[in-house]
Amino acid sequence: MLVENLNIETHLIPVLKTVSDPEIPVLSVLDLGVIREAVEENGIVHIKLTPTYSGCPAMDVIGDDLKKAFSEIGKKAEVELILSPAWSTDWISEEGLQKMEKYGIARPLSESNDKDVLLGDKKLVKCPQCGSTNTHLVSQFGSTACKAIFKCDDCQEPFDYFKCLK
Amino acid sequence: MNFNFILKEMKNQQLYNYILTIADNSLILAQRLGELCGHGPNLETDIALTNISLDLLGQTRSYYQYAAKISGENKTEDDIAFLRIEREYKNCLLVEQPNTHFGYTIARQFLFDVYHLMLMEKLQNSPDETLAAIAKKGIKEVSYHKRFSSDWVKRLGDGTEESKAKMQEAIDDLWRYTDELFFMTEAEKEMTKEGIGINISAFKEKYYEEVSEILKEATLTIPENKYFTKGGKEGVHSEHMGYLLADLQYMQRTYPNMTW
Repeated sequence: MLVENLNIETHLIPVLKTVSDPEIPVLSVLDLGVIREAVEENGIVHIKLTPTYSGCPAMDVIGDDLKKAFSEIGKKAEVELILSPAWSTDWISEEGLQKMEKYGIARPLSESNDKDVLLGDKKLVKCPQCGSTNTHLVSQFGSTACKAIFKCDDCQEPFDYFKCLK
Repeated sequence: MNFNFILKEMKNQQLYNYILTIADNSLILAQRLGELCGHGPNLETDIALTNISLDLLGQTRSYYQYAAKISGENKTEDDIAFLRIEREYKNCLLVEQPNTHFGYTIARQFLFDVYHLMLMEKLQNSPDETLAAIAKKGIKEVSYHKRFSSDWVKRLGDGTEESKAKMQEAIDDLWRYTDELFFMTEAEKEMTKEGIGINISAFKEKYYEEVSEILKEATLTIPENKYFTKGGKEGVHSEHMGYLLADLQYMQRTYPNMTW
């Protein structure tokens, strides 16, 4: 989903871009698609934030970071956590996906392909190191709630795969 | 105080109780799974169990924040989680059962996940917007939990002689707690009448069908035991609950209001 479709005021974007996901520091909160609204009213910035997973511990940190980033330019920010509509990996921007791959995390596949690889019967996940799809699932759960662990059978590197969530 | 006000208060109290009936299952199971952090049988399952724990805890927080808001008292999510006495927890007996061995951990998870997913699928259509939003979010997580636990039931059931025996033992032992999942408390009946809650007794048959199907696939025997036990949902817990709460509440009881 594009930022243009959301109510995010243009003049706030440069600040939002400086706040990143503490678990995947190359992704800004805008790349990740967790900012659902950002408007300034009477000098106060109102932000609506949605979690990737219910228990994502990064949310509290992101909320604090947002407040800090705005306070640095002399603005007060209020962050509201919203659950609906539920976050989806479709909301990660194309730029974000490219940054993610460069960082060493394989990008989410489509929903049906994701099922196929997580059930272990198809080789579709592309190794972010060498680009081969000759990879296999090591663990359905990874270092954070949003990732699974894979291994490349060509270059032998283990890597994270960002699970598709819809 | 007029009659309408009292009526509204009573409804809020029932809604509060109803939220806890759902949320406490997630909290207590999250606590049980959290005990395995760093103690899982191998790295992958350790990470998986704690990931599931985290999802459940996240859901719990959303429910408790909502419950705190409607409680009408100056409560926080932490008060609800940490400062109740045993009789005030409304989780079912199944989720408080100890980890015992990996077979039990998986059997408990599996028997709960099948139920949990059915509940979330219904709850996402509740006219209560907050409950519906939590369920919609949770559904994606819970279906992943169910995939993990049923895979392990099959792998252990259809595995070696020893893994099969252990898996069967766990299923047989925990079977007696499954009926309680469909027992309707006063709050659940009341909220179902209001159209907000879910009539869980309606999907009991479907639950046993689905569980049996996976057990069959795992080459396990479906327990024939018709002796079921209940009580947790009304606050009458098993002997394991006190120890679990002692662990869960220790910090807040010893250092009241501490934060980090």
